[in-house]
Amino acid sequence: MVSSQLPILIIGNGVAGITAARTLRKLTQKPIVVVSDEAEFFFSRPALMYVFMGHMAWADIEPYESWFWEKNRIDLRFARVQHLEEGRAQLSDGSALPFETCIIATGSRPRQSSWPGSDLRGVHTFVSKSDLEQLHEAATTCRDAVVIGGGLIGVEVAEMLRSRNINVTFLVREERYWSSVIPAHESEIIEQEIVRHGVQLCLAAEVRSIDDDESGRVRSVTTTCGHTFPADLVVRTIGVEPNTVVADNSGIFVRRGIVVDNAFRTSMPNVFAIGDCCEFEDGTVEQLWYTARDHGEDVANILTGLTTSRRKRHFYNSAKFFDIEYQVFGDVPRMGGNEDVVLKQDDRRLLRIHVDEGVVRGFHSFGLRLRGETCLRMIDERSNIEDVLQRLTSIQFDAEFSQRITSHDRLYV
Amino acid sequence: MNIVTLTIPQEVVQSNVPSWLERLGAALTTMGAIVFVLGSTGAFETVPILYSVISLIVSGVGILLLTVPAGLRVTSSSMNTNVMRSPVRRRGLAGWSLGVALTLFYILLYWFPETLVHVVASLEPLSRLIRNSPADRWFLYGTLYTLAVLVFGVRMLVRYRHSRYHLLRTVSLITAQLVFAYLLPSFLAAMGEPELYVHYFWPLKYDYIFPSSLSSMWSSGEGLTQFFAVWTVAMTVVITPILTYFYGKRWYCSWICGCGALAETVGDPFRQNADTSLRAWKIERWMVHGVLLFITVVTVMLWLDHVYDNVVFGSLAQRLKDIYGFVIGAMFSGVIGVGFYPIFGSRVWCRFGCPMAAYLGILQKYMSRFRITTNGGQCISCGNCSTYCEMGIDVRAYAQRGENIVRASCVGCGVCASVCPRGVLRLESGAKQR
Repeated sequence: MVSSQLPILIIGNGVAGITAARTLRKLTQKPIVVVSDEAEFFFSRPALMYVFMGHMAWADIEPYESWFWEKNRIDLRFARVQHLEEGRAQLSDGSALPFETCIIATGSRPRQSSWPGSDLRGVHTFVSKSDLEQLHEAATTCRDAVVIGGGLIGVEVAEMLRSRNINVTFLVREERYWSSVIPAHESEIIEQEIVRHGVQLCLAAEVRSIDDDESGRVRSVTTTCGHTFPADLVVRTIGVEPNTVVADNSGIFVRRGIVVDNAFRTSMPNVFAIGDCCEFEDGTVEQLWYTARDHGEDVANILTGLTTSRRKRHFYNSAKFFDIEYQVFGDVPRMGGNEDVVLKQDDRRLLRIHVDEGVVRGFHSFGLRLRGETCLRMIDERSNIEDVLQRLTSIQFDAEFSQRITSHDRLYV
Repeated sequence: MNIVTLTIPQEVVQSNVPSWLERLGAALTTMGAIVFVLGSTGAFETVPILYSVISLIVSGVGILLLTVPAGLRVTSSSMNTNVMRSPVRRRGLAGWSLGVALTLFYILLYWFPETLVHVVASLEPLSRLIRNSPADRWFLYGTLYTLAVLVFGVRMLVRYRHSRYHLLRTVSLITAQLVFAYLLPSFLAAMGEPELYVHYFWPLKYDYIFPSSLSSMWSSGEGLTQFFAVWTVAMTVVITPILTYFYGKRWYCSWICGCGALAETVGDPFRQNADTSLRAWKIERWMVHGVLLFITVVTVMLWLDHVYDNVVFGSLAQRLKDIYGFVIGAMFSGVIGVGFYPIFGSRVWCRFGCPMAAYLGILQKYMSRFRITTNGGQCISCGNCSTYCEMGIDVRAYAQRGENIVRASCVGCGVCASVCPRGVLRLESGAKQR
């Protein structure tokens, strides 16, 4: 379709950018252009690991068939945006793209590390499509791998490498796995699952250096207390930071991320930023796949005048630690206080309900599936914990015939 | 501070390297297959029992050794490590060869039965024992089919041992195949009764409602046969809609049906080969409903002829019936339906050709409580559900929009929910809860 109208330009075809594009298309007839130099089509980033492990082919992790984009008049361009100036995006091939509105959705990039040797050959990160390709290549000849970082990506990478029968050492700086989010007795569940799959898990292991084999390749990883772990492959998974390159080059106000107000407006007129790359005025940076998707929906609603600011939502997230699924709905602080109710079916299945003054505030579970909608409604309705315990079946989402968790499984700590 | 290194437990999950047991299994399976083929020339005519034991039992044991250790290494129902790199499971040379071999077997069975006389003869002692009648090619087919469901059923039970839903439905499928499709008809034959299948109904077993069958059953005057006539009509017209209202079509397709039994056992390794594209869905809808229409028209014509003494369609109804029997009954359900497992996935027949699936599907879509519910916004669009849907449903397309899945073709196998890494999907047939 030829249009004289200037397009809405979206930089980045991750879940934030694509959700914005899709939602905008439902609400407006304006031309939409999505620019990315990562992949031709939108793919599910959390599914990268499944391509590595051979669960799926690349095409399987693309949620839309190729005809979808043309049918919905979403114009995909494989290019890189250098910088933005008054109503124009300058591309790396020298051409320029004029726009009416621009949405920056460039996501995250791996956090830099200060250890010597971080840029040796054989040292990888795991965020992008090209990271997957490089890791896939490296893993074919690898015997001993070291994964550094105690978060969600680290455990995924450990699982990926184990699926290729690689010896994996997992170095976690904290004294317990994921201890910034969960208490020790919950860390225990995941730690046991990690070692059960043959990963050598080292806690309180702070990296001092990544060591050279004198040809520019990695040979080992040394910790501050002097342990040396041999490695022909190292994956750094110490977290991500907002990818702000385009904004930096364009003179847009950036702190940790691209600073935006509650309507995702940046300091440059008609330029918005969503997803992992933005930072709200109060300093919050939301870097979950789900929040990126929510931002995409919200910015489309704002740009088409449906709302004026982003929607308030309860926190929710999910993860998987080898075979143990994790879900959280609402507010479940690490140390929940003495009102919290813990139900434990066995060593691998646990449900914690955060309670404050008798009122349910949040749910999280390991090895159990929760019905999110019901959990969130109970939080909204400020349900009493005793009522929730009476209705435990209604919040469970495990397959039929699964063993249900009941109030008999309650732990009194 | 010192590092704490957690010890890896003794019973650590093994690496996915094939063990010597699997190599032995591969050898035994190959040996059994070679003996089976050689025997078809009559080479082992003098030792029929030894021949059938070696060719069938040895390859059965071989397959168990090949699949059970691998199944034990799987630590959850969602673990599909290296499936996309397997030449057998992902249309490599081995996969195509297997498809050709299966197809060839069906062609011989249907149109060149004389090539199988020696194989049939080797089952004579077994046939005498359980049916008290001579073996024929259909007994050979039933025996192989049941054995395959049993052997791969064991693989299924091991592979999906972490899910009670899969354990129960697999036990149900194996039992239905063994009892209703094999032992009961054999028993009826031994008693001199017609070999009836109580778990197949019109329109899958299309001739059960033909006037010729029903009137001969009814006029036999025998209580059992007359009961069967009532049973089969009641199943098609009354009980099927009621059960489908409460449970969806899965009560049949994934718990009872013999085609389902083969698809869910032998076919399970090939489920990811079902085409998930929109184009495939369009073709599927035309084909499967076309087959249902075809058999419905043939049935109505036969009945009109029956009532009006062959003056309405003359020989046309009979001719159409024969065409249906050849094209759909033999070519599609057998040759393509099973032969093409390694190419188009395990439910080729169920998806594109089965009139029963079409009938159940219409009921499921418009008058059933069954649906796959989507857990709010938890979907990460990964695609495991769509990839491992044996019916080629793009489950993710619904899940990522937070929509429940109500699709005519869904057989309710439950694998989408098992392979979901985020607990997004659940098969439900209860009344909608608040």
